[in-house]
Amino acid sequence: MTRASSKRAAAAQAAEPDFVQLLTPDGQRVTHPEYSVDFSDEELRGLYRDLVTVRKLDAEATALQRQGELGIWASLLGQEAAQVGSGRALREQDMAFPTYREHGVLYCRGIDPIMPLGLFRGVDQGGWDPIANKFGIYTIVIGAQTLHATGYAMGVAKDGKVGGDEGESVIAYFGDGATSQGDVNEAFIFASVYNAPIVFFCQNNQYAISEPLTRQTRVPLYQRASGFGFPGIRVDGNDVLATFAVTRAALDNARHGNGPTLIEAYTYRMGAHTTSDDPTRYRVASEVEEWQAKDPILRLRKYLESTGLIDEAFVTEVDAYAREEAVKLRERVLTLPDPEPGEMFKHVYPNGSPEVDQQAAEFAAYHASFEGAHS
Amino acid sequence: MSVKDFPLPDLGEGLTEGEILKWLVAEGDVIELNQPIVEVETAKAAVEIPAKWAGRVAKIHYPEGTVVNVGDPIISIDTGGGSGTVAATEPAANAEGEGGLIGEVKADGRTAVLVGYGPKTVTAKRRARTGAPAGPAGTAPSGTAPAGVKPASAEQATGAAFGSGAVVPGTPVASAPAAASTPVAAAPVAASSGSVLAKPPVRKMARDLGVDLSTLVGSGPQGSITRDDVQAAVNGVSAAPAVTVARGERETRIPVKGVRKLTAANMVASAFSAPHVTEFLTVDITRGMKALDRLREQRDWRDVRVSPLLLVAKAVLLGIKRYPMINSSWTDEDIIVKNYVNLGVAAATDRGLIVPNIKDAETLSLRELADGMTDLVTVAKSGKTPPAAMTGGTFTITNVGVFGVDTGTPILPPGEAAILAFGAVREQPWVHKGKIKARQVTTLGLSFDHRIIDGELGSKFLRDVGAFLTDPEAALLAWG
Repeated sequence: MTRASSKRAAAAQAAEPDFVQLLTPDGQRVTHPEYSVDFSDEELRGLYRDLVTVRKLDAEATALQRQGELGIWASLLGQEAAQVGSGRALREQDMAFPTYREHGVLYCRGIDPIMPLGLFRGVDQGGWDPIANKFGIYTIVIGAQTLHATGYAMGVAKDGKVGGDEGESVIAYFGDGATSQGDVNEAFIFASVYNAPIVFFCQNNQYAISEPLTRQTRVPLYQRASGFGFPGIRVDGNDVLATFAVTRAALDNARHGNGPTLIEAYTYRMGAHTTSDDPTRYRVASEVEEWQAKDPILRLRKYLESTGLIDEAFVTEVDAYAREEAVKLRERVLTLPDPEPGEMFKHVYPNGSPEVDQQAAEFAAYHASFEGAHS
Repeated sequence: MSVKDFPLPDLGEGLTEGEILKWLVAEGDVIELNQPIVEVETAKAAVEIPAKWAGRVAKIHYPEGTVVNVGDPIISIDTGGGSGTVAATEPAANAEGEGGLIGEVKADGRTAVLVGYGPKTVTAKRRARTGAPAGPAGTAPSGTAPAGVKPASAEQATGAAFGSGAVVPGTPVASAPAAASTPVAAAPVAASSGSVLAKPPVRKMARDLGVDLSTLVGSGPQGSITRDDVQAAVNGVSAAPAVTVARGERETRIPVKGVRKLTAANMVASAFSAPHVTEFLTVDITRGMKALDRLREQRDWRDVRVSPLLLVAKAVLLGIKRYPMINSSWTDEDIIVKNYVNLGVAAATDRGLIVPNIKDAETLSLRELADGMTDLVTVAKSGKTPPAAMTGGTFTITNVGVFGVDTGTPILPPGEAAILAFGAVREQPWVHKGKIKARQVTTLGLSFDHRIIDGELGSKFLRDVGAFLTDPEAALLAWG
């Protein structure tokens, strides 16, 4: 059986699509004529720590949902390299527009990982400051953020903030399913004809909830870009080094005023679409097994071990660190305060509005009219 | 010492109940935080729930197979002295989460629906207002008290579904007063209702077993269909007075669905696209049967199920090695010769014909093959064959002998080039070494796709399979 499955895995490997890869599933470092990375030993170890921590925090959130503490959770399991690779490729001045699954990118942007948990617990509306953190709020509407990102990027260009190393780039995250949305195609058109400084980062995790990629497209997704008039490239999304290299190059290209790029990060959603979904109903176990062999963390670990950059002690220490972060996260989630009823009026307009202010006052008075009401 | 109750959470955005599939821990077990404790199936998914606290399992509240309402405690965990890592703040246990039948209006006014929150028609929970009746018009929002929300009674909402206005035969319409004191003759409730009432797990069970809910009469509350009703329908007996076939009814209509529907589609697709040829060969397999007996006597084969089918499978695998075209597939552009054998074994199950296959059978030892076949059939009979095991077959054996018949003309599974029927093994008079003797004889029937396989190739393959069964040792020496 193991023989047979490894054989199948090997067959699938051979049929793997053409993509930029710098680290094979076995942890072998390979070269690419156009893309390379130049990480210090410390940075490589840092990437490993990122990947492990992001996975652990995500697993904790899934557990919290199962325990009734979150309403829902969209797990990133399997997509850690695509998110950490691209998240770390962002420069400080760059702006990101996420879906609702970009917990890894959010982590790389230095945002408190409690933030999305408050959203999915239903106690806030995703309350980080998009401007201060250069990271938009989670977008539940599929593909809508690509339009927001494109508009923002067009604004960046009009502000004259492109055309040098200090230029600003924008990255829009979305999935394979979103490529079928009108919004995404409209975003492609506007970005292209206005030469907006944007990178469209598609994590192709093979499923739009239950619909396989074959129901989205008959050509590889990255090839769609050529029809819109900008370059598209596919990268092994389970390879954190290649994802970093390709994303960094595309972002730099955009910041120098050379327009958009579509990146298809070829990866796999190892878990369910969200905690409300049961993937065993629409995909076979052998497929999941094949992708298990391409695990993003395992391959980096193999590589770092083979080059002597990390040892058993380091791996244990990182695991312990991640576990500790997860416990902290859990404890904080359980003590998140419920919002005051009036909270929902506070962020409608940045500088308030007479009408909303009046509604807020009426609402407060209404609440105060009950026995035992706190002011 | 502190014991905490863990209530069944809403696992999927608005679900009201879940079925305990399997407990992964027992009372008295010491468990860690996030250790999987139970598998629960909801209308949306079967999931494992991780432990919310570390500690010792003090009590398991429901046995496996129970359908539990969201919010009901399912397990109690002794977290020992309250030193758990977690603050004991229970999620404000929302009574609203309690389950109900789909379409039923709960006391809190919510309509239970399959997915998501249904409309809330009544605002039941209201704290008392301070002071005089409604607040002064100036301060309170216009239309203060939920004027737009009409408090509809539960009866009002559910009553319509059950046709309270039905005319009872024999009762003069005109004389039936609105508040009739004569009780309405209790007709089976479900019969008067347009839709079928059943909980989601029951619906799933019915779907899995190919039972049409609309043909059943429920024995549950309000005529809802229970698991027992579905099971009874499968077993051929109905728990409740089911749709009785009136005496003398000359035809019975069985809806085409499930495995039957799929089988039919596959058979039609295959029979009318691939030109079939079937050849037969009757062989004396006495020697092969004796070889099996000797195999059974070997120490390490003692616990293995050794059947004549194993011999046939081995013969087929060796034959395919000699004639790879047998193991191929037709597309209009290419003939795809498979360099692996996913050996299908047709199995009759309660749900109908299922053909699971053994992946990469050519790489297996005889022992692995025997184990694989035993597993395959056991799993198929239990109805748990995963979809992966039923796709990708390259050659199939159908063992019609188990039904006591000699042979048949099998129809190719779509995408396969050949299929072998293995008939009953009978003692028959046979000419053996010049004399008529009682020998164990069987008939093989090979159907093949004539687009790919010519008569010569098919015949050679069938002859070799027969030769192996006749004298396995010699065949192994010759081609092994």
